[in-house]
Amino acid sequence: MAFLDADKISFAYGEHTVLRDVSLALEPGKFYGLLGPNGSGKTTLLDLLIANRRPSAGSVCLHGQELGSYSRQELARQMALIPQQFDLGFDFSVSEVVLMGRHPHIRRFASPGPEDLARSKEAMVDLEVEHLSERLITTLSGGEKQRVVAARALAQDAPLLIMDEATANLDIQHTIQIFQVVRRKVQEGGIVLAAIHDLNLAAAFCDEIFLLKEGHLHAAGSPQEILVPAMIEAVYGIACQASFNDFNQSHQVSFQWRQDNR
Amino acid sequence: MFMTDRNPHNSPPYVLLMALSLVLVLGIIVSAGMGYLAISPGEVAQIIWAKISGSSLAPGLDPTFGYVVWDVRLPRILTAVLVGGTLAVAGVLFQAILLNPLADPYTLGVSSGAAFGAALALLINISFISFYSVPLFAFVGAVATLFVVLALASVDGRLGTNTLILSGVIVAAILSAGIGFIKHLADEQVAVIIFWLMGSFASRTWPHVLLVLVAALVGLLIAFYYGRDLNIMALGQRSSDSLGVDTARTRKILLVAGSLVTAACVSVSGIIGFIGLITPHLMRFIVGPDNRKLVPVSFLAGAILLLGADTLTRAVLPSEVPIGVLTALIGGPFFCYIFRKKQLHGLS
Repeated sequence: MAFLDADKISFAYGEHTVLRDVSLALEPGKFYGLLGPNGSGKTTLLDLLIANRRPSAGSVCLHGQELGSYSRQELARQMALIPQQFDLGFDFSVSEVVLMGRHPHIRRFASPGPEDLARSKEAMVDLEVEHLSERLITTLSGGEKQRVVAARALAQDAPLLIMDEATANLDIQHTIQIFQVVRRKVQEGGIVLAAIHDLNLAAAFCDEIFLLKEGHLHAAGSPQEILVPAMIEAVYGIACQASFNDFNQSHQVSFQWRQDNR
Repeated sequence: MFMTDRNPHNSPPYVLLMALSLVLVLGIIVSAGMGYLAISPGEVAQIIWAKISGSSLAPGLDPTFGYVVWDVRLPRILTAVLVGGTLAVAGVLFQAILLNPLADPYTLGVSSGAAFGAALALLINISFISFYSVPLFAFVGAVATLFVVLALASVDGRLGTNTLILSGVIVAAILSAGIGFIKHLADEQVAVIIFWLMGSFASRTWPHVLLVLVAALVGLLIAFYYGRDLNIMALGQRSSDSLGVDTARTRKILLVAGSLVTAACVSVSGIIGFIGLITPHLMRFIVGPDNRKLVPVSFLAGAILLLGADTLTRAVLPSEVPIGVLTALIGGPFFCYIFRKKQLHGLS
């Protein structure tokens, strides 16, 4: 039995169908990439998988049981989310925000225990935000905030980590940092499902890729199988080359950027 | 801008809580001695002690003093204290739920609903039925308004924060037109309506105290119970759901509870603005945004502020200024100050 199993799920906003008959299964110890153009339904699919929305048809099962049969707290112990954007209007400190990741593990009137504090600290160290721990979240730069949110999700200590274009607004250094940290979680038996725009980033880190096109699952497989010129041309309408890159030791895609230098 | 070395794991702000409690108790005693008949704080304390312990007054004390303190001034003072505290706690709740530091307990139109109900009761001169009919009408008006606003804002069982604020504004605008129409119809009754709308604690009695005490306890208990969830809801629905908070449900419970306790306050005291807006702001500067600290501290601070304002209008000013007018006159400029400061710094 897969950890998370989506069976023919569909979703519509009123009359407008944004997702049709998508099936996928997530297994422990794997890094999954969710790819597809803007508007192909990536965020909606993630929303269905984290029970933020309910599918209009089909079902999502966690450990073989429908998502709806779990409480929010039980779900939060199983999956964590790193959203794309993060805005907080109140002056919480960085360590307070990271500690919020421990919420599903702390009883209602209890204080954070030693394990909660240790996990939060560990996550802050992993993402190199420990030196910011007493700063107020409202005073941080976009990149710092995003690493704090990633630390919060890691502190949550859930087997499945969902990333919704979590590094879309980050520079390359911090993008690679976050991906390396979550990749380590996968090697320890965790699962990552990341919606990613950068095909080469996906190719470098993912074990398996789900490619969405216009609300349906166009293809699924390893980066070498999915990120090939024919498939990319069909989904994104862009010409490219794909090959193994010796320098970064992974399958990479190269685009024809300009039309005036043929 | 307000950089403090707050620590997330530190204990509750005991020192501040003790200091505020002390100020509140002393304030109550001093205030109860102030007025046309001046009574020293020591005598007030003796009278209160005698009443609570059930013993008779010390022989040196004028029995009139006992009557004035216990039956006239204390009910009014305690009503003001509890209304101030409850409005401040409701303000904390609303600001946290609506993710908007500028929200207040009246954001969902509760005050307009209460005002409409009270104006209607005063128009048809229903007070001959019972002394409590105006508060009752006000309460029913507030609750009805709340449910209209919630129904208007709800999409697929979800309540978006902006939709809620907008619905509150729309319904309040309609109701205030309705109140205008009632005033137009009221002729000689119009003065009574206007007086009620401006709020007052004059001639409040022990039953009033009991009513707002219930509201205060309900508000405090619910705010304590959901304190941590409220903090996490500041992250927005998608994130707070993923952290294990049932955001939609919690938001509904807290909005209804916050509005109900506000409605109880408004029906007893009329509309008193700015306490619920400013107190949480002031206290956030001191203890930070953690709602578990903010709630008790705001309760005490709101109680002190409204006690001060009511004492000012009752015993200091040459003639009584309606309390709602006084809080708006002091609170309004202060609000402008915060607003301006926020604009200049670009941060809350």
